[in-house]
Amino acid sequence: MAINEEQVKHVAKLAKLSFSDDELTGFTDQLGKIIDMVEQLGEVDTEGVPFTSNVLETINVMREDNAVEGWSRDELMKNVPEHEDGFIKVPAIIDNGEAGA
Amino acid sequence: MEKLYDKSIEQLHSLLVSKEITATDLTVETFDRIKETEKDIDAFITLNEEKAMEIAKAIDAKGITEENVLAGIPIGIKDNIVTKGILTTAASKILSNFDPIYDATVMEKVYSSDLIPVGKLNMDEFAMGSSSETSYFKKTKNAWDQTKVPGGSSGGSAAAVAAGEVSVSLGSDTGGSIRQPAAFNGVVGLKPTYGRVSRFGLIAFASSLDQIGPFTRTVKDNALTLNAISGYDPKDGTSAGVSLPDFAAGLTGDIKGMKIALPKEFMAEGIQPGVKAAIIKAVDTFKALGATVEEVSLPHSKYGVEVYYIIASSEASSNLQRFDGIRYGFRSEDVQNLEDVYVNTRTEGFGDEVKRRIMLGTFSLSAGYYDAYFKKAGQVRTLIKQDFDKVFADYDLIIGPTSPTVAFGIGENIDDPITMYLNDILTIPVNLAGLPGMSVPAGFSEGLPVGLQLIGKHFDESTMYKAAYAFEQATDFHKQKPVILGGTNNEFRDCHRA
Repeated sequence: MAINEEQVKHVAKLAKLSFSDDELTGFTDQLGKIIDMVEQLGEVDTEGVPFTSNVLETINVMREDNAVEGWSRDELMKNVPEHEDGFIKVPAIIDNGEAGA
Repeated sequence: MEKLYDKSIEQLHSLLVSKEITATDLTVETFDRIKETEKDIDAFITLNEEKAMEIAKAIDAKGITEENVLAGIPIGIKDNIVTKGILTTAASKILSNFDPIYDATVMEKVYSSDLIPVGKLNMDEFAMGSSSETSYFKKTKNAWDQTKVPGGSSGGSAAAVAAGEVSVSLGSDTGGSIRQPAAFNGVVGLKPTYGRVSRFGLIAFASSLDQIGPFTRTVKDNALTLNAISGYDPKDGTSAGVSLPDFAAGLTGDIKGMKIALPKEFMAEGIQPGVKAAIIKAVDTFKALGATVEEVSLPHSKYGVEVYYIIASSEASSNLQRFDGIRYGFRSEDVQNLEDVYVNTRTEGFGDEVKRRIMLGTFSLSAGYYDAYFKKAGQVRTLIKQDFDKVFADYDLIIGPTSPTVAFGIGENIDDPITMYLNDILTIPVNLAGLPGMSVPAGFSEGLPVGLQLIGKHFDESTMYKAAYAFEQATDFHKQKPVILGGTNNEFRDCHRA
């Protein structure tokens, strides 16, 4: 097994996902198989081979620094789940206490 | 009135120009056809009937000239392409209520070409899948056999064209998501060269691989559509400032002297015998047309799937961080604090396949694993690209099967991610190298369509279209229709092809 449940929990935390204990077992098994599959790359000799992140040869694409009209706040708020007085509203950073922060 | 739903763009265009039909007539008939067909196919997530009718009326008022070749033609749009004022979900619960305030660049081009967007097409969630079964909303069916998958991720885009709901649609292709469903549904699908079509407004899956491209029933219709959606876009930093040929110009049927390569790895074990037989026949057809076809090797292509799942998942894990329930889309109700908004929204909003890829990508990029996974994959990607470069030093075009199999059964592979991933073994290397790839109908096996894949040099879609057109004119596979489009039954079709 290429990955254990503790590692999967750690990765889930990084990815801001959570799994129930049952799901964790299934996901660990599936991820382990997928990781075993991708580990076949280990057999390829890549000594000195450059890394490709993008097939295009363009780098540092710049645009003219011109001011353009932005979006109206009303439009931008259209899809926001919760907002008030032009601000996006989210729950308190820490747990809602009795004060109902 | 004669039925319009099985006609090509070219045929519809001449009826529109001669005023035998209006854009309004065509749009009304399109929605009638969609409503009649959807119960069997389930290709659309959202219909855009009211706005489409308004656009059609405006086009009729303006008139359709001979030059405006796409004017008044209804088009279906994959639901990961952002459409202003039309629900855009990427087939995910997390975007199930997303009403965009802007249009993707391809949508601006759709509107300026006077195409009429009739609705948004089903797909695998965030384009992650090869069967369209990971959609949050519905399972699209193959146009030829409704117990089979339509392929994916652009399954809705392919099935809608094959079933006569629209004559053209847009899809996107990250590892085969246009070509494989085109093959499974017996239509023409093209993934352009990376950088040919703007990705602005395409909901990002893997940014170094994604491209938007057209599905049609004929090669010429496909070229006409690519003409309309291509071009440099300052809003996409990876969009290429290269010249734009008329892709429909070189379609003469003459490919004498064309040098075609057939990679032996594409005909190796794992390819269904019926698929292989159809490709061998296609090779003979190309030879009869005066092209040379020679065997070549792409030795690193067999690592394509492994490279792809690391690179695409890594890019996806980064791209999908934006879905957090704050600014748009679904937000979990079950929250006590801000962390819950992020975690619960993502946990409830993403399906299993999306979670698997986010997890694999996050793992590949995490401390201690980056060099062994992500960096290694990027290096093998270079080797895959170099294999293609070597072949293209001597050849004009590469051909092979699009998919190792014909369409498989709904539910057959969904619980086995690795079998599902191996579906894309013949299409993935093309995305990794940023090359253009296309699938055209090339016969039948087990009563289901087989796709021939054509792979071209960077920005040389013209040669692919030229070869595909010659092949299409020399064969009659594209004239055969699924039963839902008035075709005959499968047995007849299989006998007929010999």
